[in-house]
Amino acid sequence: MTLRQVSADQSPSFKPQPWRDRRIEIILGNLLRAGVLLSAAVVLCGACIYLSRHAHESADYRVFRGEPSEFRSIPGVIRSLMNGHARGLIQLGLLLLIATPIARVSFSVVGFALERDRLYVAFTLIVLAILLYSLLGSGFTL
Amino acid sequence: MTILEFTAVVAIVSFIAGLLGSLTGLGGGVVLVPLLTILFHVDIRYAIGASLVSVIATSSGAAASYVKEGFSNIRIGMFLEIATTFGALLGAFLATRIPTNALAIIFGIMLLYSAYLSRKPRTLAQRNLPPDPLATSLRLNGSFPDLEGPRSYNVQHVPTGFGLMFGAGALSGLLGIGSGAVKVIAMDHAMRIPFKVSTTTSNFMIGVTAAASAGVYLSRGYVDPGLSMPVMLGVLAGSLIGSRILIKAETKSLRLVFSIVILILGLQMLYKGIWGHI
Repeated sequence: MTLRQVSADQSPSFKPQPWRDRRIEIILGNLLRAGVLLSAAVVLCGACIYLSRHAHESADYRVFRGEPSEFRSIPGVIRSLMNGHARGLIQLGLLLLIATPIARVSFSVVGFALERDRLYVAFTLIVLAILLYSLLGSGFTL
Repeated sequence: MTILEFTAVVAIVSFIAGLLGSLTGLGGGVVLVPLLTILFHVDIRYAIGASLVSVIATSSGAAASYVKEGFSNIRIGMFLEIATTFGALLGAFLATRIPTNALAIIFGIMLLYSAYLSRKPRTLAQRNLPPDPLATSLRLNGSFPDLEGPRSYNVQHVPTGFGLMFGAGALSGLLGIGSGAVKVIAMDHAMRIPFKVSTTTSNFMIGVTAAASAGVYLSRGYVDPGLSMPVMLGVLAGSLIGSRILIKAETKSLRLVFSIVILILGLQMLYKGIWGHI
């Protein structure tokens, strides 16, 4: 801690922390931005194709039918893409979006390891384990 | 309504949801679920799927700038996520075993009270508290760029905050929505974290909580691409604008917006509890 930081504070009981996490914050910020932009671009492409084909059909979400199996799992979405379905492309973008928080937690493990902060590596690994457990334990297939 | 019209209107509504969600740290679902079900007669299960997408879009969209600008405290976020994710597991386990209606009513009343409580700004004495030993050893204390320049803060009452976060996670598993509200309230009231840090750290956390339940909703077929597409794009645009606004906004106005939104959420919970659905 530098002298300047201490003198900048009026109260002696107030200890400013040096901004150690700056590097992790920039990495995580860029990671989130890249993930969001990529998924938005994929959804937007899918949206253009979808709207150009179906714009004038009527929209109806009153009755729940459940999505067909091709939108319920990753292999299903890939199959739908192979068949040239615009909705498959949108669903792929949504899956990429859902993956951004998971990628963020995974990269935090690396970030804290680079700072040699064992306590937070452990915390982040616990979160990642619970996250993967609840994601995969739900019957969702990768 | 044709698909083109529907897409355009849902995108506009989602933009507002993303704006409010990123300003309050609550995510877009609070506004989106009632609007989609009441205004557009969307089935609640499709609305919940779209809400999940909107929460992750708000969280990741706004978090990019909140984290880079130094508002979100990633240590507080990571530490408390242990409690919320464990809580969510417990909540999902309890969901079929306890009466959620009664719980929704109690939660609704709590939110109405918090809406009143959240308006009050903290006094200077409440701001400058000495560091708490537990918070110091967990390296939770930090600083953020306030309007007048960098401001340091000391986190208080870590065990209470951790317990409340466990409750927030359990509630999200039990009731589906509302975990963001408990997160902000726990950080703001119990842990005495500055309001902007509380809302932006909550915003940072809700994406993880939502991603944990994404598997369930995807495999049950709740996430519809045609509906989620305008929701995602609208919410994302709203959250990017919202994150620009928050950085320059007065805390007083943010508290006002927050208390109005949790008032709406509280009323929704009461309605859900009394009539058995959202």
